[in-house]
Amino acid sequence: MAHAADFELIESTRPALDARRASRPKPASKRWRGAVLPLLALALWWSVSETGISRSGLLVSPQQVWHTGIEQIASGALWRALSASLARELTGFALGTAGGLVLGSLLGFSRLAERVLGPSFNTFKQISLFAWIPLISVWFGLGDAAKVVFLSLAALLPVVAHVSDGIRNVSPELLEVARVYRYTRWQVVVRVVLPAALPSVFTGIYLALIYSWLATLGAEYLLVAGSGIGNMLIDGSEQFRMDLVLFGIVVIGVVGWALNAGARLLERRVFAHRSR
Amino acid sequence: MSDTAIEHNPAHPVPRATDSRRAWTESARALRWQILPFIVPVLLFSLWLGGSSFGWIAPQVLPAPHLVLETLLDLARSGDLWSNTWISLSRVLVGFAGGAALGLLLGSGLGLSRTLESYVSPSFNALVQIPVLGWLPFLLLLVGIGEPLKYLLIGQAALVPVTLSTLQGFRQAPTAYYEVANVFRYSRWQLITEVVFPAALPTIATGVRLAFTKAWLALVVVELVASSQGLGYLNVYGRQLFQLDLVMAAVIVVGAIGYAIDRLLNALEARLTRGARRAF
Repeated sequence: MAHAADFELIESTRPALDARRASRPKPASKRWRGAVLPLLALALWWSVSETGISRSGLLVSPQQVWHTGIEQIASGALWRALSASLARELTGFALGTAGGLVLGSLLGFSRLAERVLGPSFNTFKQISLFAWIPLISVWFGLGDAAKVVFLSLAALLPVVAHVSDGIRNVSPELLEVARVYRYTRWQVVVRVVLPAALPSVFTGIYLALIYSWLATLGAEYLLVAGSGIGNMLIDGSEQFRMDLVLFGIVVIGVVGWALNAGARLLERRVFAHRSR
Repeated sequence: MSDTAIEHNPAHPVPRATDSRRAWTESARALRWQILPFIVPVLLFSLWLGGSSFGWIAPQVLPAPHLVLETLLDLARSGDLWSNTWISLSRVLVGFAGGAALGLLLGSGLGLSRTLESYVSPSFNALVQIPVLGWLPFLLLLVGIGEPLKYLLIGQAALVPVTLSTLQGFRQAPTAYYEVANVFRYSRWQLITEVVFPAALPTIATGVRLAFTKAWLALVVVELVASSQGLGYLNVYGRQLFQLDLVMAAVIVVGAIGYAIDRLLNALEARLTRGARRAF
């Protein structure tokens, strides 16, 4: 807490700067505040594990988690697990997104297709996807095939929903303008509908990326054959190795963050290009 | 060009044919339109029925519909269905209520105080990156396999969307509202209860509905992985015994309950939102 008080002091000596930044949502000078809670938690964790108040074998020290992490990285176990998980995730994501784009466009452009397939699709969407895992495991086994099927389903659903929504919600004014210019059907699709639907499509793909990552973990927990980050966590849990579990959680968090950040970066690129 | 404009202009509707034959075709078309959504389910179901009764599909791969129905009725008669459903529902309700209440509190705290937000938000955002499934092995070691594990995981699943939507809702009240409140010299409390909260309500309601969907998903997952009771357990138990009729029955019940509650919350949300709009 000592250094936090120091910063507070520095803050107060610069009132002019503060006032100027007061209206901004996130002043850079207040960034340190975000670090307070994690540092406190870390300090608490450290002190509890150092003093040995609790003799529980589950209370591992931060150093131990660090060493486990180094060891997992050095031995290559982390890379094996991570590459297996990510390869699965990306395969399922690609398949699901491709299928979702096709099905979503069909539902978006054709009223008939929407009427025929829409209600069934929406009902299917309501059933928690994980409930299908036991059935998928019977049909496709416990290996990579079953996992990829499950992941692509997880990626498919948000893409279909957002693509069809995006296409259907293109404003009628734009279509009227296109009619005035006597655009052909193809021109309407390429120059009017697709650009207008793009943000929604992107949201769908972005969600697909996140969902398929969640589904990767779920698939690895429930379809236990093979290696992956999920298996690493389950193994750690079964062997009562809290250090391995905590390290796995950190890895999951970092990968989730990286996927998130990557998608956002791409989104910004795409839309920056559009606005020019 | 001008005549096409008139053709599409709703102010000049084409005169409706009073011809009875035209009316008949029109109602036939309407009927066909009504039937369309049922084509796919009926087709799938008859494939399932035909496939299993003609022996195209092995019962180990997909049990016959009547078998699934029988199992469902058996479960209902023996009381297993009700006890397991009740266990699942009580888990989801306790976890969801706890998580949503905490989320509402945390979200309003963050929404009202930018200072608190600057302290808590980065940690919160970092923790949010870790899905429910990531916490599962950790909490399994920490609190064991009992009920608290389910409550915690379901609660965490519900907490995140409620917190985020509450925060967003609190931030999005139009500045004009604040100006009006200023003119009326509202106290801080009045500002919160009469301006900020009503304006945030629709967003919060959406968040709560989303939170319930997530909570139900988390319930299914945690019961699949670590449970000896509940609908998810029924599902995975059927899989272990290779009793696919039991698996299908469990999937149907899980889907039906999830769907029913989503509809219910949807109706509730529509109601709340309408009420909020009337308030202004």
